[in-house]
Amino acid sequence: MAEIIEKIVTLDEIKTDEYFVNMGPQHPSTHGVLRLLVKLEGEIVHNVEPHIGYIHSGIEKMTEALSYPQIIHLTDRMDYLSAHMNNEAVCLCIENALQVEVPERVKYIRTIFDELQRLASHQLWWCASGMDLGALTAFFYGLRDREEILDIFEETCGARLTLNYSVPGGVMFDIHPNFQRRVKAFIKNFRNKIPEYDNLLTGNIIFQNRTKGVGVLSKEDAIAFGVTGPTGRASGFSCDVRKHHPYSAYPYIKFDEKLGTDGDSFMRWKLRMDEMRESLNIIEQLIDNIPEGDYATKMKAVIKLPEGEFYQRVETARGEFGVYIVSDGKKNPYRVKFRSPGFSNLFTINHIAKGWKIADLVAIMATFDLVIPDIDR
Amino acid sequence: MTNEQLIEQLTSANPDAVVKQGSQYPEITVAHDKMHAFMQNIKSDSSLAFDYLVCESGVDYPEFIQVVYHLESTTHQHFLVVKTNTENRETTVLDTVSDIWPTAEFHEDEIFDLLGIKFNNHPHLRRLFLDETWGFPLRKDFHDDIHVVER
Repeated sequence: MAEIIEKIVTLDEIKTDEYFVNMGPQHPSTHGVLRLLVKLEGEIVHNVEPHIGYIHSGIEKMTEALSYPQIIHLTDRMDYLSAHMNNEAVCLCIENALQVEVPERVKYIRTIFDELQRLASHQLWWCASGMDLGALTAFFYGLRDREEILDIFEETCGARLTLNYSVPGGVMFDIHPNFQRRVKAFIKNFRNKIPEYDNLLTGNIIFQNRTKGVGVLSKEDAIAFGVTGPTGRASGFSCDVRKHHPYSAYPYIKFDEKLGTDGDSFMRWKLRMDEMRESLNIIEQLIDNIPEGDYATKMKAVIKLPEGEFYQRVETARGEFGVYIVSDGKKNPYRVKFRSPGFSNLFTINHIAKGWKIADLVAIMATFDLVIPDIDR
Repeated sequence: MTNEQLIEQLTSANPDAVVKQGSQYPEITVAHDKMHAFMQNIKSDSSLAFDYLVCESGVDYPEFIQVVYHLESTTHQHFLVVKTNTENRETTVLDTVSDIWPTAEFHEDEIFDLLGIKFNNHPHLRRLFLDETWGFPLRKDFHDDIHVVER
């Protein structure tokens, strides 16, 4: 017995061969059906190869047989947590192509919905990634508060998740009479909840040790890999479409583009928390000033885009979402391409997870906020 | 740089390419054999500095398949659309730009998967969404009796 204890085992002596582990497609932390083929040595990650396509639904092919208003409701099935932003992107693209000016009221309503949607998405991200890291309490807190936003959505447009509220030329219905009162009550309520969130996780020492310095993405890499949204901004890449290419009511309001410096998992976390506060500020500036007027302009019954190519970018909760429509003048598009933020974000994972432990890979994925239908389309 | 200045500079530097103002952004169509050198140039030229590849998409046309690159410069905030056509619909080979913008590697995987364009010098070209039994669904002549119902 004594002989064994005396012998000091060094790491080189217990060096094992590399082996492969399939993480997913049904792993809880992959948030859907994503398979990561991880090359490991012991517990250390050497290579990560994402395998996607488990829920590829061929939306881009389907659009070729559909009319433009029909395309819109497919887009909220992609990134279902940013449904309204995706709908809006297609509507804006059609409106720009036809050079239709939408009423001011529509711009305000759309922007408020954008930000409410962003809050709902960040709340779900917050609670789900807390759960990924082993803090189950967060999940209940987040879903409890998200319910309030979903109820507001339901009252105005009848749907909670896949809103399909934007239509070319405006929105489908006018806002519910209760809308402004309830949104204001929500803002007041939620401002008190954010410190609660911070107490629960952000200040927690176990949480900080698991995320600080883990999975650093440099600014150069963020640009080279096209990483946008809060994930890219945490690395210092100024990529906020709302700021650089403002659409809807964003030109009228004052807000800060939050930028991080470290680019680690904790920074990505903190940035989304800051963005929630900023979203509340944006809604506050708009909610009392919704102008009177129509909620939609009259569009032709059959929408035909002029011949040409149109590109529209919006900022979803995950980053830059782009719609590229090639039209040949008919009532259905020749080709539609969706530039989804999750697609570009996901493929950096190999680059930044190398050398970290497999538990850190979960922390990195949690702070990347992946939604798989958005990647698979 | 404004769109007009950008068009002017690109026209003078690339006399055989077609430069025009599209519906929103300046567009340039480059021959497929000169595309890689052109891309390297617009990234390294400090007055252009297109360092962010926003989107790369493939479009199937009757005579050729086109790859469209949406590029932005994070320093100058200008935007450019670059297009390259394959030789015809049978020889669909282009050079990869994944050595210039790493994100292109996966966009090119997707284009290979759905449109069947092969990319030279690509580090790891693979089908991203579908398995080998599929054809190339985004081509206009794609027929699938099992999954597609024709009206």
